[in-house]
Amino acid sequence: MFALVDCNSCYASCEQIFRPDLRNKPVVVLSNNDGCVIARSKEAKALGIPDLQAYFKIRPLLERHRVNVFSGNFRLYGDISRRVMDSLRHFSPNIEIYSIDEMFLDLSGMDLPLQPYGLTIKRAIWQQIRMPVSVGLAPSKTLAKLANYGAKNIPGCQGVCLLDSPEKWQWLLHRVPATRVWGIGPRLGQKLAGMGIHSAEELADSNPKRIRQRFNVCVERTVAELNGTSCMALEEAPADKKQIYCTRSFGRKPTTMEPLLKAISLYASNAAEKLRKQRHLVRTIQVFIHTSPHRPDYYSNSTVVQLPFDTDDSRLIAAHARQAVRAIYRPGYAYLKAGIGLIELVSRRHHQADIFQNHQSVHTDTLMQTLDAINRRYGRGAAFLASAGRSQGWPMRQQYCSPAYTTCWHDLPVIRT
Amino acid sequence: MKTSLLTPTTTDRCIPLFGATVRAGFPSPADDFVERPLDIHNYLVKHPAATFFARAEGDSMTGFGIFSGDLLVVDRALQPQHGDVVIAAIDGELTCKVLDLNEQLLRAGNLRYPPIELHDNAELIIEGVVVHSVRHHRCLR
Repeated sequence: MFALVDCNSCYASCEQIFRPDLRNKPVVVLSNNDGCVIARSKEAKALGIPDLQAYFKIRPLLERHRVNVFSGNFRLYGDISRRVMDSLRHFSPNIEIYSIDEMFLDLSGMDLPLQPYGLTIKRAIWQQIRMPVSVGLAPSKTLAKLANYGAKNIPGCQGVCLLDSPEKWQWLLHRVPATRVWGIGPRLGQKLAGMGIHSAEELADSNPKRIRQRFNVCVERTVAELNGTSCMALEEAPADKKQIYCTRSFGRKPTTMEPLLKAISLYASNAAEKLRKQRHLVRTIQVFIHTSPHRPDYYSNSTVVQLPFDTDDSRLIAAHARQAVRAIYRPGYAYLKAGIGLIELVSRRHHQADIFQNHQSVHTDTLMQTLDAINRRYGRGAAFLASAGRSQGWPMRQQYCSPAYTTCWHDLPVIRT
Repeated sequence: MKTSLLTPTTTDRCIPLFGATVRAGFPSPADDFVERPLDIHNYLVKHPAATFFARAEGDSMTGFGIFSGDLLVVDRALQPQHGDVVIAAIDGELTCKVLDLNEQLLRAGNLRYPPIELHDNAELIIEGVVVHSVRHHRCLR
């Protein structure tokens, strides 16, 4: 048996933890630079506030309904997420952190009534952290995901939904579209519709062999999982990223090349740091810049660069990224965003250097290890590439940021005695 | 004899590897007895996931030894009991008082503040138990 524990409106709920006056009130959270709405409390959803809409577009609507607006406070969200995970470890020795607000628990071999156990989990996370969660329980991860959807949407569920018999999951499968199922995106959904498969029930009843021929083994596995056969085990260590992106919007939009070059150097070294952490080397990078898509003179360009050899050297990656920015930069625009993607990675473990080619020197390896050690010890940014510049001329726009209640001594919640 | 001021180490969690550095020759007899240094965090925090820090402001709890500016260590995992110092949310505002379950009251630690009846306040929620308070004794906040 698996449980999927999902934090309800995670970021909005985080904002309500130390603000009991905001509980049961509409709250929305904005993305970096206050760009668009990325989380809505239950009450904000009920008011019809749309998800992922540009903030400036729906601002009148938010003001009319007196919705409490917050800039994304990711220090707080990260800390609360860590607390939820720590608490959940008391309920199962095996947990998988699926995302910042979703965790799978392996409950196999636990001989106890599961519906009350789910309720205990939900109550404990509320009592200890003040985070409302929904719990889906089922014999496969795919069904547990669906059970969680049920926990949120079936009235009378009290936030816990147990699918422990074929009758129960068939009842739910009958009522949801195939695209609700974990791993079935809109494109796959369209192809399935072409085969006459619309509901999750029709997907569960489809012929696995035919599904495999038409698609792949993953979709075939999904079909088995929908029928209560577990095919996916917990992944206890988070999987290495297959691509690493580092991209951000500018608070003050630069109109010259220099700030773009500095920014790309910074993003390149941040990406390189992540790359070294997962012990990979990069072969190909992608660099992109664009202006605001809401403006009539929209300009967007990107380029892909093959590096001279597989590397994790911040300096080399940054140098090529800067070269790429020079190539795609056009004067006369106010740029909104720049970014780098490390798109072709190779594991250091299985890496074989080509003896006829250049490769990264041992000196560079040592230098990068030293750089990371310094930054680990003295804080991120203690040692950095000079090309990233010292003063960051592009502060993020975060007008409505709440205090870092749990991670900064100066931001502790104040209690009137 | 020269003396120098000892400065405390700045690491939050230091893990000693060896008690003495040994270049060659006789090993330090203390090396087999290395223990972790006392960590005040372990003393103050029993349920790390459920414990929050807060700052007290006001003088209604001076009778219980909580002064304005004190750091409050709040444990949400504990079931509030009679006599506990608690954090309560009254009409959405956080306050710190003593829980009196016999009289069904929240008591202040200062006669100038009247007790608050528990059932008068429909919107009263106990948010956590204050297990410790920490005060700075030098003039800084």
